[in-house]
Amino acid sequence: MATVRLSFSPAPVHVRTARLVGVAVARRAGVREDLLDEVRLAIGEACTRAVALHRQYGVVEPVLVEMSDSGAYSVRVVDRAPIEASIGLAALDADQLANESLNEDDLTTGVGFALLAGFVEDLQVRPVDEGVGTEVRMVWPLAR
Amino acid sequence: MELSLATRTVGEHTVLEVGGEVDVYTAPRLRERLLELIDAGARHVVVDLGRVDFLDSTGLGVLVGALKRLRTADGTFALVCDKEPLLKIFRITALDQVFPLYPTVEAATGAGK
Repeated sequence: MATVRLSFSPAPVHVRTARLVGVAVARRAGVREDLLDEVRLAIGEACTRAVALHRQYGVVEPVLVEMSDSGAYSVRVVDRAPIEASIGLAALDADQLANESLNEDDLTTGVGFALLAGFVEDLQVRPVDEGVGTEVRMVWPLAR
Repeated sequence: MELSLATRTVGEHTVLEVGGEVDVYTAPRLRERLLELIDAGARHVVVDLGRVDFLDSTGLGVLVGALKRLRTADGTFALVCDKEPLLKIFRITALDQVFPLYPTVEAATGAGK
């Protein structure tokens, strides 16, 4: 059962709002203070990815963020973009990052996934159960 | 906190001081400013991230874009950052091996052009 649910139109300006809400709920839920920067970054990356996919595919439906604190702090960020476009965790090494032929969008996507994978120990990216789209599910332990 | 951008010159270096949040919403302004500087002839650019309190993949993409642009123009590009949370971001993404990173502006402008 979601504790807090937020949906926003797929515009970059709203990603900051999602980050702020996500961190506020994490703090209230009892996530350790020293993890909150990582929570903020990870929620931001997941939402940025969803917004980028919605814009790339002309999907006007809102991006959904669900935060739950039952047992652990879990966050689901759900997009509605075509599944085949959404999955693909590409970790780029330094040579690839510096390669002149890599465009900025692909680089940003690769770096975004690297940040998600690096900052979230419990991370899943999978197709949504119903309809099209993917969900990024992140879980952090509670201190209390 | 909103993005803030301020430019100053140190010797032959153009130092861009960035503050606030660099994310998917504000990064286009950072990209625009960097392009303006490079188009105006800046070839040795130092971006001071000392007052940045949030940096995401979009901001990192903009910084890499500037690095590549300057490299092809025979210029240099360096970052100033001494905050552990930001340094961790560079390490996790392997971008610490791509950018010259310095703890201070003095170090960045004094260590080669």
